[in-house]
Amino acid sequence: MKFLTRRNIDNMEYKSSSFKMIARRFGRHKLAVVSLYFLCFMTVLAILAPVIAPYDPNKVSTSFSSPPSLQHWLGTDQIGRDMFSRLLYATRISLFVGFATTVISTVVGVVLGLIAGYFGGIIDIIIMRITDTIMSFPYILLVLVAAAIFGPGLWNIILILGFVDWPGAARLVRGSVLSLRETNFVKGSKVAGMPNRYILFSEILPNTVGPVLVYATSVFALTILDEAALGFLGMGVQPPTASLGNILNGAESITILTSKFWLWVPAGVIIMLLVLSINFVGDALRDAIDPSAKE
Amino acid sequence: MLKYTIKRILIAIPVLIGITILDYAIMSLAGSPLEMMIGPKTSEAALEARAIRLGLDKPFYVQYFVWLMNVLRGNLGYSVKSYQPVSEIIGNHLGPTLLLMGTSLLLGLAIAIPIGIYSAVHRYTRRDYALVTISFFGTSVPSFFLALIFIYLFTVRLGWLPSSGIRTAGGDGGIADLIWHLIMPVLILAISVAGSNIRYVRGAVLEILQKDYVRTAKSKGIGRFLVINKHALRNALIPIVTVIGMQIPTLFGGAVIIEQIFSWPGLGLITMNAITGRDYPVIMGVALLTAIVVLLSNLLTDIIYALVDPTIKY
Repeated sequence: MKFLTRRNIDNMEYKSSSFKMIARRFGRHKLAVVSLYFLCFMTVLAILAPVIAPYDPNKVSTSFSSPPSLQHWLGTDQIGRDMFSRLLYATRISLFVGFATTVISTVVGVVLGLIAGYFGGIIDIIIMRITDTIMSFPYILLVLVAAAIFGPGLWNIILILGFVDWPGAARLVRGSVLSLRETNFVKGSKVAGMPNRYILFSEILPNTVGPVLVYATSVFALTILDEAALGFLGMGVQPPTASLGNILNGAESITILTSKFWLWVPAGVIIMLLVLSINFVGDALRDAIDPSAKE
Repeated sequence: MLKYTIKRILIAIPVLIGITILDYAIMSLAGSPLEMMIGPKTSEAALEARAIRLGLDKPFYVQYFVWLMNVLRGNLGYSVKSYQPVSEIIGNHLGPTLLLMGTSLLLGLAIAIPIGIYSAVHRYTRRDYALVTISFFGTSVPSFFLALIFIYLFTVRLGWLPSSGIRTAGGDGGIADLIWHLIMPVLILAISVAGSNIRYVRGAVLEILQKDYVRTAKSKGIGRFLVINKHALRNALIPIVTVIGMQIPTLFGGAVIIEQIFSWPGLGLITMNAITGRDYPVIMGVALLTAIVVLLSNLLTDIIYALVDPTIKY
């Protein structure tokens, strides 16, 4: 008992110091730190959208397509809805789609990767063939077909994108499980008769957290881009619910493109900044947790 | 080598079949394509006759096997909408898409490889950070947003470049006209290809530059040019080649969106039309084709990999 406690304390010390080290290395990437603040700021805005938004995003007013003014900071759209409020809600939807998809695909990928790597054999072969199948598919085709079929609702988009994004995480986790399986501490646990569940979730899983986290940031960024692309093609979240993609859909009309820049530029810029800052954070995180990186 | 290639092909076959089953299953969930044709002029009986003729009254797996057997005999079926053979539709639209994707890939790599090497050689300098940061912009800008900006700038404001189609209506359709129409879509796709590749190339070269044999080459005093171009670059090619193969699906996805915006008469455009019109045979045909292309490019990548790296033994 005493031994266990002692070990736990050591673990905690180790964990907190490694966390500090990662945070210090991350902090050296100025752009990533700024990006992280920006992401936090946007997340707060998105969560507080109902409080901040000056207008109901779907309320129609009589000022059609008016340029930015004091009443409407970013102008109004063709049927008189306040663009600033719509953008707030759109960011909320896009971040939610990105977050939910990332969680779903990462959880599915990690679990399947753990199973495939740890148990091997026929289970491994089947799971890896499925990941090959999904990965070697031009997945925008799959997503478009699926969106056309299941109807382009919010949760359908999340589930579809989640379904196509998990194979990467599965491969990643499987790879590290295969190498971890041969380490002495895992072999030791096996000899000691620890249950598989314990070895998988308490010994192997914690060692894969870093790479998975980095992978998850890239899924997050990709999902926001994909949702926007789907929305732009009219296959994403459907109006009147605002999403960054379906706001840009309007810019396919030539009058909006040429003379009503406030209807499409802000949405595009928000997507770009969100994706850019997520990528910066992911890149800095990769550097920070890479043990082979130079101090 | 031959044995390895055959083994890889045998592995690819179940993946290919898996892809077609997946496609077919999703599509059969969608319901009948005939639903879209119901109108005042079509009677129930006529629709039923049509369904039986198309084999839509049979269960999903029977339909799939009928389709698969036809494909094996080289028959991809007929479009539900236009009654044209699917192989003919695909054949007519394949050229423009290959042209678009091929040019974009080449241009993207032509930008990414020199920049990536430059960045790796000047690692951890200001220039390196600037280039890497710029490459992130390339991957983070949604291609359709970039397309809108380009159309606004180069078509609407400056009037320099055409924003739709593959040739000027009523024009002679010469090669200059084609290039004229190609510039904007290719540039946009190439920017995203370059954006993601700069960091791959940089990473690959960086890793090689830390190897002992590069240090040896340097200490021999053969000069920086030879060290980089003869020793480092050749070995860095291996990971770069792998990454190129992986990009074909992404590139096709980008092409679907870009073709839509620029009304480029390629596979992406007809696929979008087929998806909205639930023209299953066409969708299945395109899905099969893209799957084969992707698997072939993966196979080719592995073979080139083995050729480039003499230490890999199979």
